[in-house]
Amino acid sequence: MARIDVRKTYKLYIGGAFPRSESGYSYVVNDAKGKFMANASLASRKDARDAVQAARKAFPGWAARTAYNRAQIVYRIAEVMEDRRPQFVDAVQRSEGRTAAQANKVVDDAIDRLVWYAGWADKITQVVGGANPVAGPFFNLSTPEPTGVVAVFAPQESSLLGLVSVVAPAIVVGNTVVVTSSYERPLPAVTFAEVLATSDVPGGVINVLTGSAATTGPWLASHMDVNAIDLTGVAGDADLAKSLEEASAENLKRVRRAPSAEPDWSLDPGIDRMTGVLETKTVWHPVGI
Amino acid sequence: MATKKATKTPSTQSSPVFDYAPAPESRAIVDIKPSYGLFINGEFVDGGGTSFKTISPATEEVLAEIAEADEADIDTAVKAARRAHTRVWGRMPGKERAKYLYRIARIMQERGREIAVLESIDNGKPIKESRDVDVPVAAAHFFYYAGWADKLEYSGYGTRSLGVAAQVIPWNFPLLMLAWKIAPALAAGNTVVLKPAETTPLTALLFAEICQQADLPPGVVNIVTGAGDTGRFLVGHDDVDKVAFTGSTDVGRAIAKAVAGTNKKVTLELGGKAANIVFDDAPIDQAVEGIVNGIFFNQGHVCCAGSRLLVQESIADEVLERLKRRMATLRVGDPLDKNTDVGAINSAEQLARIKELSAIGEEEGAGRWSPPCDLPSTGFWFPPTLFTGVTQAHRIAREEIFGPVLSVLTFRTPAEAVEKANNTPYGLSAGVWTDKGSRILWMANQLRAGVVWANTFNKFDPTSPFGGYKESGYGREGGRHGLEGYLKAEVN
Repeated sequence: MARIDVRKTYKLYIGGAFPRSESGYSYVVNDAKGKFMANASLASRKDARDAVQAARKAFPGWAARTAYNRAQIVYRIAEVMEDRRPQFVDAVQRSEGRTAAQANKVVDDAIDRLVWYAGWADKITQVVGGANPVAGPFFNLSTPEPTGVVAVFAPQESSLLGLVSVVAPAIVVGNTVVVTSSYERPLPAVTFAEVLATSDVPGGVINVLTGSAATTGPWLASHMDVNAIDLTGVAGDADLAKSLEEASAENLKRVRRAPSAEPDWSLDPGIDRMTGVLETKTVWHPVGI
Repeated sequence: MATKKATKTPSTQSSPVFDYAPAPESRAIVDIKPSYGLFINGEFVDGGGTSFKTISPATEEVLAEIAEADEADIDTAVKAARRAHTRVWGRMPGKERAKYLYRIARIMQERGREIAVLESIDNGKPIKESRDVDVPVAAAHFFYYAGWADKLEYSGYGTRSLGVAAQVIPWNFPLLMLAWKIAPALAAGNTVVLKPAETTPLTALLFAEICQQADLPPGVVNIVTGAGDTGRFLVGHDDVDKVAFTGSTDVGRAIAKAVAGTNKKVTLELGGKAANIVFDDAPIDQAVEGIVNGIFFNQGHVCCAGSRLLVQESIADEVLERLKRRMATLRVGDPLDKNTDVGAINSAEQLARIKELSAIGEEEGAGRWSPPCDLPSTGFWFPPTLFTGVTQAHRIAREEIFGPVLSVLTFRTPAEAVEKANNTPYGLSAGVWTDKGSRILWMANQLRAGVVWANTFNKFDPTSPFGGYKESGYGREGGRHGLEGYLKAEVN
């Protein structure tokens, strides 16, 4: 008789732990062909708030890490993903309905993107900051600093490469993140969270919620302890994007608007996903003897 | 701005040895017309709204009748700006745009005295500030950004202009805020429709004349006057590509909501409640000058004003004593007098707000103190004031007063100073006073604010990015960073 396999429970990832949804709700996740894959936790308002709390708690320590250290940790995520390639290829293949060759390419790109962003940790400051030649006897220097807690809505279609492409730029420059995964394709996000848990990423730096942006969105957009919001995953739903942007105005969150359609994640990402969650601080000091 | 020198630092008492004779700047250089229209497409035109009066806050004298732009006027102005962008300015080589901006900078310098006098009459600020800060720094902004116009490919933000910029500015630095808005917008190839504040329209209208003298193509700069409704029409117009606003956090929030769901790019420079932190090893006399400059410069009508003094407990008594002595030497009065340190409060409305919050400070138990101070009988005036025994729960420690009112709090350790300084929804600026270098750098790291002045305060420069964290808004003005809000990449 064939062995009965042991199935995995797909849970949320908050503050370095894997809780089920506080609400007790889950939802059915099917593969691209409509066949049952798993039940995923359906993140609730309370889960979103718990995740923000965890992200806020982790922020000072993560922002204070040296850029070199953040680079090493993001590179470590890539290493561990590479080590678990088959699992990601399988997850992408089933979730996104791709061929094995296509799924392999997606995983390649996701790992390479992490490596690319890892290298930015200790370079972005020199690229976007600098000395300002003011007309007076002053030392004057502008440097970028992380804006704080960023609520990210991950793309709906690209469940792994898209996810990595929106999360990595926010954390590599020192922010902490609450990411809501693709609703229909949440399983790669949970597997990614399991990689994070074993990659020296401190608990709370990346918090992963599975479920619907329409559910978690209003609570994250109106949360007064969230500093920035990335609506990429709301692409195509102009009404929801607008209402989340309006709610975000309450504490002047930095808003990255939803594109009209999901971007092509295989393209060169540029640096604006990092600069959009950076603040510029300018320090003056007199020069004299 | 120049740090005020303690021209007479009384060693033992606060009463001045000599009185100052009046030294008024002549008004003759300024020709204020009885009425002003809107500046649209290179010409002054009538406005469709109900005209209003602008007054001198120092005397309440009516200065001129100002047209109010209604929705149709805004539409006309935006269309003019769009046309100018499409046909002329957006396609003009950067090196030619640069020459117009250099021209404007030069004319502002040439007419500097006239602009300074007009600014002080309309705004109420001391002539020595409008003459030494507002006007020269405004001209410097045009000079600085002129040089960027043909170097955009090195900016890192792309080279394409956005189109039409809707810009709304406050009354505290009318001409300077105009320069912060218009100079980078034009350098990047955008055209603008700018609304000055309703209480201080005159220097913006004089700037319109400067555009004419510079032969700036019609429609590149449009000035529309009016109050909140005019601003709402402008920000809400469907055909603007960019909204830039400086003003209160409440209005900034409303603008952020209004642009939700559009493709308008937004930069907001909003309120502040800056901590000015004085450690026990600070050079006390310099720190006292910095505290005075931080809160009494421009009557405290400064978004980045050092309105919360955090002083280390061990030196609090000494600092307060010296601060009070210094405050007693501040000369409050005629903005056009060259010896005046503190001018008029900009409007009756703002004066009422300052009085209300100060009364609340007393009711909540803080100790109120002002030096003996003769205030003029007409106009809007408020004496330099400080509150002691202020806690973080007090409204005067939390809300932006936007007047010459300083709240004094104490701390014991650097960590406590950081915690108190950051305990605000704002994050525009902060000040640190200490002789210890490593502590300055540590504090500068910890403070969640866009500008940190160490052993100085209220310094501004066209090359230096300015703007806030948190609810003080987003985007930067000044420097290379100031171009970001007006450019886009080649492909997107």
